[in-house]
Amino acid sequence: MVAANARDAASASADRATSAAAAAAAAAGQTKVTARKVNLWYGEKQALYDVDIDITSNEVTAFIGPSGCGKSTFLRCINRMNDTIPICRIEGDIRLDGHDIYDKSIDVVQLRARVGMVFQKPNPFPKSIYENIAYGPKIHGLARDKATLDGIVEKSLKGAGLWKEVADRLDEPGLGLSGGQQQRLCIARAIAVSPEVILMDEPCSALDPIATAVVEELIEELRAKYTIVIVTHNMQQAARVSQKTAFFHLGKLIEFSPTSEIFTSPQHQMTQDYITGRFG
Amino acid sequence: MNNPTEAMQRKHTVKSFDEDLADLTGLIVQMGAHAERQIARAIKALIERDDELAEDVIHTDRAVDDLEETVDQQAIRMLATRQPVAVDLRVISMALKISNDLERIGDYAKSIAKRARRLSTNPQLKPFVTIPRMAELAQAMLKDVLDAFITRDTEKAMDVWHRDQIVDDEYDSLFRELVTFILEDPRTTSTAIDLLFIAKNIERIGDHTTNIAEKIHYMVHGTQINRPSRKVEIETTGGAPAGNLAP
Repeated sequence: MVAANARDAASASADRATSAAAAAAAAAGQTKVTARKVNLWYGEKQALYDVDIDITSNEVTAFIGPSGCGKSTFLRCINRMNDTIPICRIEGDIRLDGHDIYDKSIDVVQLRARVGMVFQKPNPFPKSIYENIAYGPKIHGLARDKATLDGIVEKSLKGAGLWKEVADRLDEPGLGLSGGQQQRLCIARAIAVSPEVILMDEPCSALDPIATAVVEELIEELRAKYTIVIVTHNMQQAARVSQKTAFFHLGKLIEFSPTSEIFTSPQHQMTQDYITGRFG
Repeated sequence: MNNPTEAMQRKHTVKSFDEDLADLTGLIVQMGAHAERQIARAIKALIERDDELAEDVIHTDRAVDDLEETVDQQAIRMLATRQPVAVDLRVISMALKISNDLERIGDYAKSIAKRARRLSTNPQLKPFVTIPRMAELAQAMLKDVLDAFITRDTEKAMDVWHRDQIVDDEYDSLFRELVTFILEDPRTTSTAIDLLFIAKNIERIGDHTTNIAEKIHYMVHGTQINRPSRKVEIETTGGAPAGNLAP
């Protein structure tokens, strides 16, 4: 994508963003991530059983299920975060745009730039707001000069709906922001490297209802450009933000349907019991 | 879903939710029983020319309306506080709609009582045959549909749904009969029209009962009854312009 001519990284980065957006628009409604027969073990203990799923681009897909059902484990398979766990073993096939992400030729760092992640607790680096955003683009070589980097920081903060609140204090520490602002800072950090997929692992569980609403509104906006997968314990949140919902139980994908169907007429007994609070 | 009825009766982790749902069901049943009684009393007032009873039916309609309001409040409170989904959402939202049907049924009983009061001052046109039969059918349908609601029995609800055709057919035949009376002796027009409206009211009670049956089906299965099939049936039976008369 980056031309081998003298064009600077700014335009390369801009190109990348534009073409990513264009590709996103073109790919709307198409399958972005496919998983087939994914099995995963932590040591002896099997945590996922034959998970098959197709995640559609420019949609929010929610994973729900009781604690320990494998939803976060499966989420972390999508950008190979489980690689960091030594006892973790995974079998099966996961593809991003048709390419096997567990193929030997895959650069995991590049993969994680394409598939970004936002965690349960806001985890800004103990650095300035500016540095939090600039770090990713710097290590991925997306900006060769300060002006380009400034542009990326501003664009990312705007994309995360945080710019107006922090524009005049970019040098202040990220950890000085409120919880909701910190989470949006982490989202800004994730989108600074122009990912295609954003994985969110309970992004609002540490936030108050107002900060949650702001993040949910942001998720809805981000959907236009990115494919979003969100793990949530908050069923109402899944109902509000997602287009499709997957229900996991004991490591198995029990039901995967349009969200409106899951929450009005689920097909599977276990789904019904879980979402209506009849579990166990 | 293999057995939705069983699923519905499975208990919530939060017990008070089950209590709320039971309360809501109880209110609907209470409302239905009251509406059923109102129909019976309105018809009795008509046949026995009992103005006092007719008057009482008119006044006690208020009780059905009050119950509807109570159902509304209970259901809305549950929507707000429980944020129900799936089968719970279907039960609560259908309870809201069913109570509306029952309230209408109560209104029809009241309307029958009003006409009964007026008819008692005129000479009887003919012996009452079809109207009591229609009322009995509609009342039995209402009773069965309420049972189906309590037990979440969709087969029973479907049976009620099919039986409405008999009420419609009875109405069509009475319609023709009364038109004949009017043609033969125009002085009977006013009485015949009152009787016709009473029959129409009963026919509408049957319709609301089938609506309830449909809602029970949706409540249990989460899918709509395939309505068009019966509509075709109705259209092919032809007959009187059943749809054009105001209640």
